[in-house]
Amino acid sequence: MSDFFAQGGYAFFVWGAYGMTALLLVIEVLQLRARQRTIRARLGRLMRIRDAGANDQ
Amino acid sequence: MALNWFKFASPASFYPIAGRLIPAFWIITLVLLGLGLYWGFFETADRLGGSNAQKEYYRIIFIHVPAAWMSMWLYVVMVGWAAIGLVFNTRLSFMMANAVAPTGAIFTFLALWTGAFWGRPSWGTYWDWDPRLTSELVLFFLYIGYIALHSAIDDVRRADRAAALLAIVGLIMVPVIFWSINCPDPNQCAALHQRSDLTQIDGNILFAMLAMTFGFWTYSFATSFMRLRGIILQRESESVWVRDLLDTGDKA
Repeated sequence: MSDFFAQGGYAFFVWGAYGMTALLLVIEVLQLRARQRTIRARLGRLMRIRDAGANDQ
Repeated sequence: MALNWFKFASPASFYPIAGRLIPAFWIITLVLLGLGLYWGFFETADRLGGSNAQKEYYRIIFIHVPAAWMSMWLYVVMVGWAAIGLVFNTRLSFMMANAVAPTGAIFTFLALWTGAFWGRPSWGTYWDWDPRLTSELVLFFLYIGYIALHSAIDDVRRADRAAALLAIVGLIMVPVIFWSINCPDPNQCAALHQRSDLTQIDGNILFAMLAMTFGFWTYSFATSFMRLRGIILQRESESVWVRDLLDTGDKA
């Protein structure tokens, strides 16, 4: 098992490359999920404000 | 043709389709990446022999080459949608181009990053102004330029057209990267990237590389569609179908 993580002494390079790839792909997905939630919340709020304004008149 | 493609070209009808496709693409992505990583780490030799021996760090190939391929392919896809948008003036095409760009930029950065981590142990340097490295760096700046130009113009339709033109002009970088080998014959000179021949690659290595490539591809479909749905909601926020969607709640 430790042989696997050592990668023949090239652990820094192998895991440095794979680590950055995993990090960026995971961040992209999390950012996209958060963005979709933000957009939906903002549009919903705008709609409620508009509806409330229409009822007041 | 019985199937009316323009029906799917409207943001309102593609929004739910994309929503249903995203989970399918995630499942395929996880399977392909799992298979590719397993095969790359456990079904291949630790070291590659030959005149130019590669030690364990050659395993970076299983993300480096797929990321580099995707960086070029996604640029072609982005330009394709941008060109269709310019010719047919279809809203969804421009949105597709916008949705692909950030994922393409990420894969371009990863191609450069993983290349640097491979270059250090094999060539003794993280970076060199080698033709292929330099042209890939230019491709990265083109993605950044496309995103920056689009966000710098307030009128979204003008932004679409201006960014599309920039992307089309930049398409020249894709063949430049493809043929950017300053040393066609490795016996004549030392080159960082040499002409590659997929038929010469060991079957297990090729299999892992292809699994990772298709995994990155389906990943790009999933993230592009996720981003596309956000763009559609923002741009169509005044339309009736988006209001209905927010009222009823979105299942997909």
